[in-house]
Amino acid sequence: MAPHDIRRPFKRAAISDQQKRRELSLLRQAQNRRDAQQQARCLASSILSLQSAAPESQPEQSDIELETVPEAEQESEAFSKDLDVRQASKLRGPEVRKWFARQLMLPEWMIDVPDRLAQDWYVFARPAGKRCFVVSSNGTTVSRQRNGSILHHFPSALPAGAKIRDGSGSAQSYCILDCIFHELDQTYYVIDMVCWNGYSLYDCTAEFRFYWLNSKLEESGACNAPSHYHKFRFSAVPVYNCDQSGLHAAYTGVVPYAKDGLLFYNKHALYQTGNTPLALVWKDENCSQFVIDTDGKGEIPSQQQVVLELQDDRKLVTSDDPPVLFGCLDGDIIEKSGLHTGNLLRFAIGDGGLSFVDGKLEKADLIYLGKSNRARAFADSYSKGFQLKSL
Amino acid sequence: MAMEVTQVLLHAQSIDGAVRKNAEDSLKQFQEQNLPVFLVSLSGELANEEKPVETRKLAGLVLKNALDAKEQHRKFELVQRWLSLDGNAKSQIKACLLTTLTSPVSDARSTASQVIAKVAGIELPHKQWPELIGSLLSNVHQLPAQAKQATLETLGYLCEEVSPDVIDQDQVNKILTAVVQGMSSSEGNTDVRLAATRALYNALGFAQANFSNDMERDYIMRVVCEATLSPEVRIRQAAFECLVSISSTYYEKLAPYIQDIFNITAKAVREDEEPVALQAIEFWSSICDEEIDILEEYGGDFTGDSDIPCFYFIKQALPALVPMLLETLLKQEEDQDQDEGAWNIAMAGGTCLGLVARTVGDDIVPLVVPFIEENISKPDWRQREAATYAFGSILEGPSPEKLIPLVNVALTFMLSALTKDPNSHVKDTTAWTLGRIFEFLHGSVVDSPIISQANCQQIITVLLQSMKDTPNVAEKACGALYFLAQGYEEMGPSSPLTPFFQEIVQSLLTVTHREDAGESRLRTAAYETLNEVVRCSTDETAPLVLQLVPVIMMELHNTLEGQKLSSDEREKQSELQGLLCGCLQVIIQKLGASEPTKYVFMQYADQIMGLFLRVFACRSATVHEEAMLAIGALAYATGADFAKYMPEFYRYLEMGLQNFEEYQVCAVTVGVVGDISRALEEKIVPYCDGIMTQLLKNLSSNQLHRSVKPPIFSCFGDIALAVGEYFEKYLLWAMSALQSAAELSTHIAGDDELVEYTNSLRNGILEAYSGIFQGFKNSPKTQLLIPYAPHILQFLDGIYMEKDMDDVVMKTAIGVLGDLADTLGSHAGSMIQQSVSSKDFLNECLSSEDLMIKESAEWAKLAISRAISV
Repeated sequence: MAPHDIRRPFKRAAISDQQKRRELSLLRQAQNRRDAQQQARCLASSILSLQSAAPESQPEQSDIELETVPEAEQESEAFSKDLDVRQASKLRGPEVRKWFARQLMLPEWMIDVPDRLAQDWYVFARPAGKRCFVVSSNGTTVSRQRNGSILHHFPSALPAGAKIRDGSGSAQSYCILDCIFHELDQTYYVIDMVCWNGYSLYDCTAEFRFYWLNSKLEESGACNAPSHYHKFRFSAVPVYNCDQSGLHAAYTGVVPYAKDGLLFYNKHALYQTGNTPLALVWKDENCSQFVIDTDGKGEIPSQQQVVLELQDDRKLVTSDDPPVLFGCLDGDIIEKSGLHTGNLLRFAIGDGGLSFVDGKLEKADLIYLGKSNRARAFADSYSKGFQLKSL
Repeated sequence: MAMEVTQVLLHAQSIDGAVRKNAEDSLKQFQEQNLPVFLVSLSGELANEEKPVETRKLAGLVLKNALDAKEQHRKFELVQRWLSLDGNAKSQIKACLLTTLTSPVSDARSTASQVIAKVAGIELPHKQWPELIGSLLSNVHQLPAQAKQATLETLGYLCEEVSPDVIDQDQVNKILTAVVQGMSSSEGNTDVRLAATRALYNALGFAQANFSNDMERDYIMRVVCEATLSPEVRIRQAAFECLVSISSTYYEKLAPYIQDIFNITAKAVREDEEPVALQAIEFWSSICDEEIDILEEYGGDFTGDSDIPCFYFIKQALPALVPMLLETLLKQEEDQDQDEGAWNIAMAGGTCLGLVARTVGDDIVPLVVPFIEENISKPDWRQREAATYAFGSILEGPSPEKLIPLVNVALTFMLSALTKDPNSHVKDTTAWTLGRIFEFLHGSVVDSPIISQANCQQIITVLLQSMKDTPNVAEKACGALYFLAQGYEEMGPSSPLTPFFQEIVQSLLTVTHREDAGESRLRTAAYETLNEVVRCSTDETAPLVLQLVPVIMMELHNTLEGQKLSSDEREKQSELQGLLCGCLQVIIQKLGASEPTKYVFMQYADQIMGLFLRVFACRSATVHEEAMLAIGALAYATGADFAKYMPEFYRYLEMGLQNFEEYQVCAVTVGVVGDISRALEEKIVPYCDGIMTQLLKNLSSNQLHRSVKPPIFSCFGDIALAVGEYFEKYLLWAMSALQSAAELSTHIAGDDELVEYTNSLRNGILEAYSGIFQGFKNSPKTQLLIPYAPHILQFLDGIYMEKDMDDVVMKTAIGVLGDLADTLGSHAGSMIQQSVSSKDFLNECLSSEDLMIKESAEWAKLAISRAISV
């Protein structure tokens, strides 16, 4: 029996770089697996939260009832909702389009003047540009357009928006902003704030959200000029009460951006995803250069167009909830063009225009043009059609 | 019935290759034709005093190889074969073996000892050969010295071969009595005493009960300590080996003896021959290992219910132990740093000093500092080197507050010594010490930084300069740079290394091209440092990392050019390819982590993949693994576009999955299948048949290392999530494999290692369920999963009840509950409501402090409430 070897490692690192590489690979794979799993799950929970959100937003649900809900539960609801948006930034393909399409609050066209406009509403001039969600988390910032496609991926001074070692970069911190990217001055105009530094504002009134937006955005340094770790400038927009002077200021006031209509927000409304009558848009030639649709080259097509969704029974409906019926499609066309339920179709509005009886659409003169652009996620709303008519 | 094997065995040792080959073939043929006769003949040859010693030895060796093999699978076969062998033959063989123990020829006896132990190793666990130990011991006192020595040696081997629970305490007592008597000073024969001492080393594991008995333990300890004073050096060495073994096996019994042992070891370290002194130092290193483990496990506060208390032997011995170890540092050998296999008293002493520092922390500093000050600038290189080594050794353990003032003083001195000291040995240790300084006292964990803008430049200049020194010094300089870079990881957007990045990378690449980069693992060190520099780089230097891509690609390309390589060259080529693939993996992972750099990097993807495929074509296992790891990173970065590489890559993927022998390769490949599933999503479908078939095969194999099985289950989940309802094809097989593994993984009691394995297995199973359920969600085939739900809920109940799951399993498990509810909806609702523990489990997770568990639980709650409400 030979003596036993007692040599110990001498002047050597305890772990080999190869072992380190293996372990780092495993870590990355575990992280990717978690992300994939989260994606699959959050697709579901976004649908869940939409379904459960609907009754909650109804005004008849009293405050008393809300208070009986244990606090922890409310928190968790908000938490899972926020989580969805952050995780959804990682989705791909058609799923992401579907997902993001349903996350933004979308104004209806203003077709009459709401009651108590002066008391209960804000107004501001909408910047012309790309509407998008800006999400900052884990040291990076991503902006996504309504169809889910990434506009920019960049470092920003938003909390958790860049890899900078200061207190703000904790894993739990993130922001979600509702923005319009204005090409000309390369600025993100923040029109609403959904989450700030890990704090959810979904369930806060517009009044609070706008107050928070104005104080926090400036504070964060996000309004500063671009720098290496802050690639794009952010800016709030001037928001006015809807009284005479406020309306005047919004309508005619000079702003650093090209205007695209006026947005009206109800002060008491929570941030609600999808179309809502609590946010309204008005456009005319004085406050928007895009008062009517333009085509890809910026030219005005000879006829105005509308995109509608084809339903089972050949009916054509808007994206409103409940959908508004615009017309029916011939079985003939459906067969010839190989159309399916759910397809989004583009129509021109013919000379007959839209006729209304008692404020309800009776008949629309629609001319089928073809399938809508694939990047499109949903049909136009009824109020768009309505405003087209009013032009 | 025995046959004549002498001639063949002689030929089998012939120097003539053809003759040898012929003889080996004949032996093989004999064995295949009639195994019992063949083995009996071999044992007869071994026992026959008239045969030449070489054939007797070889006969024993062939016999031994017929009983045991290194490879687990083969070993199992041989055991089964012996157990089913004809009983008569076995009796004859055993008789021959026992007879040989009394042979006058020492080689024959020794060979027989080993074969007996092998047979015992097979038979004793099966309660066969019960008379063996009795017959070995029956007349050990009356035997002539040679036979006594052989008997003791046999007992030693036997204890090495057999596990303690196989031998009952009565027999253990008899073995120990015989062994300890053989060791005692009254035994006049040196060979007998040596054999007994070595046998005790192996028998110590059997002596649990005896060490719990004060009298017996005192007796054994006295005999061992006496043996350390034997005039025969081999006996002293063997006795110290016993002490080393006792120090770890019976740490908690040592208190009464520790003072005596210190005296014995101190004398040996100072006066005895090196092999003995090395064991004496090892005793204290081993005590350090024990105390470090105990202190780590209990965090320093002891409560009455701790398994093993810390006796603070090192702390108590400190005032005497440290000076003794410092003395050893001055006994360096010339050129020990150029000799890979060197191990001498200075090295052992320094290593022990490092362990002592980790054991006692701050207390060691005042004992070592005077030695450093006294020696660091002496004219004799041994003193300078010893002082530097002492300093380097105590940098891990003591608090930064205690060390940083010293380091601030020493840093400039060290930097100057690294460039100016005339002695290479001193420079080697200085560079190593700088590396230790950066490893333990530099980075975000330390409050007051030792590196400022002012000295950063100087440090880098000195290290890059030293990379041109002799290979061993350059290797240590690379190591120091590795830790310097590591300390700047997560430093924020701007790293102090940025201004030097280009120069550092260039210097490292230059090192890899040195003629002598093969010595002292210099080339490996340079690439490892390059990897770390890249890993810790910031966005500022991303363009420079991008520039590195074509450079490394060209290097890899160059390794593929050589034709007709000798086996030595081939090995070097494959090692270099491994380093380059490793470097590319790190770069891909770095650049793939952010969108803008990934986008630019992708222009190289096709070419890189082409290179990896060519590396595979060279076929060598280590490269295979490195290239495979790199491909995983590439697949993640490439996403769905990776599909275009699949037709060519697939066969290597399959090859990797089939590599059972190198299970690391298999495990890495399984991980890459996961990467590819996530990257390709439904585009992986054409390859699923092959992959799933192979994975299922792997699961059912006994030859595959068990650590690969949990990742295979996780991989099922990855595939299912990627392909959705298409997974239906494999559902039956996958679910049945999961079900039987799930059953195995509950109701397991065992040691920590088994619990850990069980948890990793559960996690794999649960990840598979998650992937499958989420994959099938919103598909018309969801109902296919309903029949499996009761079992899964039962499995979840099971692991909840067992109470030994870790946080990872908890998080995955509660997620699966949510997935089940989410996918099956109302079908799952009632089952979940009826399940034994779902509600408790959910509540426990909801109130968990672990954010990941909480997050999963919140989600599960949402999904379940919906499933129940509809």
